Amino acid sequence: MKLNGENRPIGLLRFTTAGSVDDGKSTLIGRLLYDSKSIFEDQMEHIVQSSKRLGKEETDLSLLTDGLRAEREQGITIDVAYRYFATPARKFIIADTPGHIQYTRNMVTGASTADLAVILIDSRKGVVEQTMRHTYIASLLDIRHIVFCINKMDLVGYSEDVYLRLCDDLKKLGSRLGTGDLHFIPISAKYGDNVVSPSENMKWYGGKTFLNLIETIEIGKKRNSGPARFPVQTVIRPLSSEYHDYRGYAGRVASGTFSAGDRITVLPSGMESEISSITVMGKTISKAEAGDSVTLNLTDQIDISRGDMIVKKGEMPESGVDINLMVCWFNEKPLQQGRKYLIRNNTNETTCVVSSINYRMNISNLERETAGNDVNMNDIANISIRTPRPLYYDCYKNNNITGSMIFIEEGTNETVGAGMICGEYD
Amino acid sequence: MDNSVCSKRNDNAMKEQTLAINDNHLKELEDEAIFVMREVASQFEKKVILFSGGKDSIVLVHLARKAFWPAKMPFSLLHIDTGHNFEETLKFRDDLANELGVELIVRLVQDTIDQGRVTEERGINASRNKAQSVTLLDAIEELRIDVAVGGGRRDEEKARAKERFFSHRNEFGQWDPKNQRPELWNIFNGHKNFGEHFRVFPISNWTELDVWQYILKEGIRLPMLYYTHRRKIFLRNGVYLAWAPFMQLKPSEKVFEADIRCRTIGDITCTGVTMSKAGSLEEIISEIAATRVTERGGRYDDMRSEAAMEDRKKEGYF
Repeated sequence: MKLNGENRPIGLLRFTTAGSVDDGKSTLIGRLLYDSKSIFEDQMEHIVQSSKRLGKEETDLSLLTDGLRAEREQGITIDVAYRYFATPARKFIIADTPGHIQYTRNMVTGASTADLAVILIDSRKGVVEQTMRHTYIASLLDIRHIVFCINKMDLVGYSEDVYLRLCDDLKKLGSRLGTGDLHFIPISAKYGDNVVSPSENMKWYGGKTFLNLIETIEIGKKRNSGPARFPVQTVIRPLSSEYHDYRGYAGRVASGTFSAGDRITVLPSGMESEISSITVMGKTISKAEAGDSVTLNLTDQIDISRGDMIVKKGEMPESGVDINLMVCWFNEKPLQQGRKYLIRNNTNETTCVVSSINYRMNISNLERETAGNDVNMNDIANISIRTPRPLYYDCYKNNNITGSMIFIEEGTNETVGAGMICGEYD
Repeated sequence: MDNSVCSKRNDNAMKEQTLAINDNHLKELEDEAIFVMREVASQFEKKVILFSGGKDSIVLVHLARKAFWPAKMPFSLLHIDTGHNFEETLKFRDDLANELGVELIVRLVQDTIDQGRVTEERGINASRNKAQSVTLLDAIEELRIDVAVGGGRRDEEKARAKERFFSHRNEFGQWDPKNQRPELWNIFNGHKNFGEHFRVFPISNWTELDVWQYILKEGIRLPMLYYTHRRKIFLRNGVYLAWAPFMQLKPSEKVFEADIRCRTIGDITCTGVTMSKAGSLEEIISEIAATRVTERGGRYDDMRSEAAMEDRKKEGYF
């Protein structure tokens, strides 16, 4: 059993897959669901019928993942779709995203909640523009485990040489991007080689099958060991006779651990207090770890509200009004220099103005490009913003929760961009 | 009856089998759902939980209690009553609302029909499932509800797989699947204009099996309909339906008694039942873990067309 942090087994693995129509992504997912017996009879019957109706010769497993009418009609995936399957070892959530450049925003969305990214490579084509894009997005979103599935091995005669050459290329790409934990598996999604069962055709490959790898991979969540952060979601005040003076601060631990007796600082006020108890529905627990939804009680009655952050005394986050970040833009209306947006970082919402657009990332060749005065939809860029009051944050690389934010356009209320804080602009 | 003896004996064997199913992921799913509940409480004003009396909405109520304890949950329960209920569901609903001391709001599809706001379907396959959406949207407008929390799960149906946790509805109550707000990390954007509302689905990432394992782990009480019992049923298009006096039968359809349980509980006219002798949660979990048909495979309302669910959701369905 894998351990996460101290002694909590990981039962849930979230991974993202990105790819285009023809690289075999849907087939891989279909194969995974089919061979792990996660496709139900009525679903299978349904796609058999749909395939026939659409005039397809073979049953098309991708129909399983294309949910919306428009997607089925056009044979493309528009949006992020979530898939679920479980084996006796783990439960899996797949964020299945389209891979074309015009869907960068969907890839970013899918990657934001993933522990692991699966990137498919066509063994005949090798490292292409799309591979760079997917690997870059995984590294930008700080996904630290990447599994490269070298697919369509059946079309290169199951050649070990082809596989090894591709591994070399991918390792170079990984080290250029500073990506942590890389894995390589030669597969044929179509015929099932090394997906769930070991391949008879590639006896030279001594590694794990894809399913076995994702069942056993140890997911290092550094947020457990980082400084303790607790963004306050809401203040619980029952005002009942039984709990007349009760005040609890409800939220989910973003990183680190909190224990009863810890001295804490409340931001932005800077007030200090001590944790008197930590509870979950009346049950007292001795400590709360990253990811736990709990209620904190303090020894002092101090003014705390939604948007505040409780941190351990002496473990202060960064703070400032000038913030540098990488953004991915989601909206048809470009991000403009000098414009104001609402931003939400944790539970805290404030306004910002875009003070400068520093560069645009060409994610097809990983070169920085000079940016103009705006950032277009699906662009990834480095920008600086200014906030009216200091924001308390961590760098995204250190903390994905306290280092991330979304941009909201006032007026339409839409989520128009995502930002990852990276400290000072160099 | 020696039925109980039989189910006891099975129980122990089942328990061992059930324990072999890993449930380490339940805590993370619960933490996530509680986080979402608390975001709802902070971002909206008039908040309801859509309560059908089914297991998913019962789990939602449990999560809401947990999220705000020791304060009362900041939600009312809203039941859109088609009038075609299993009687037991209504009693369960009333008892639960009483026990929690939360407001229960009931709106009747019959009233919507009587007011001429929707035309009732006729014929053998008549269902009030679609009419429910009109009653629901009327209630949302009348009560100025700005958020309705539902027990929808992404694993239920393919249109739901693309649903957000925070799902925006325009002033007509419609869902626009092609223009959904991106949802990143744990940041939920509940901003809206006056007259618009949100549907929120805290257990989006749960599967049917997760729900059952959680019910077992937390000791959550359910209507007895979920456990095996004898009932009058009949077969229609490969689905067993519970018989009720207001249901029209085709000449070829024969009513008979059998040991069944409900896998989902909804409008009686379209809720398929399962032949089952599972009388305990452990037995139900073993049964579901081994099943080869999805939960909605027995939902008559989804069989109408390829995009039946998507179309109903666009119109304002749950």
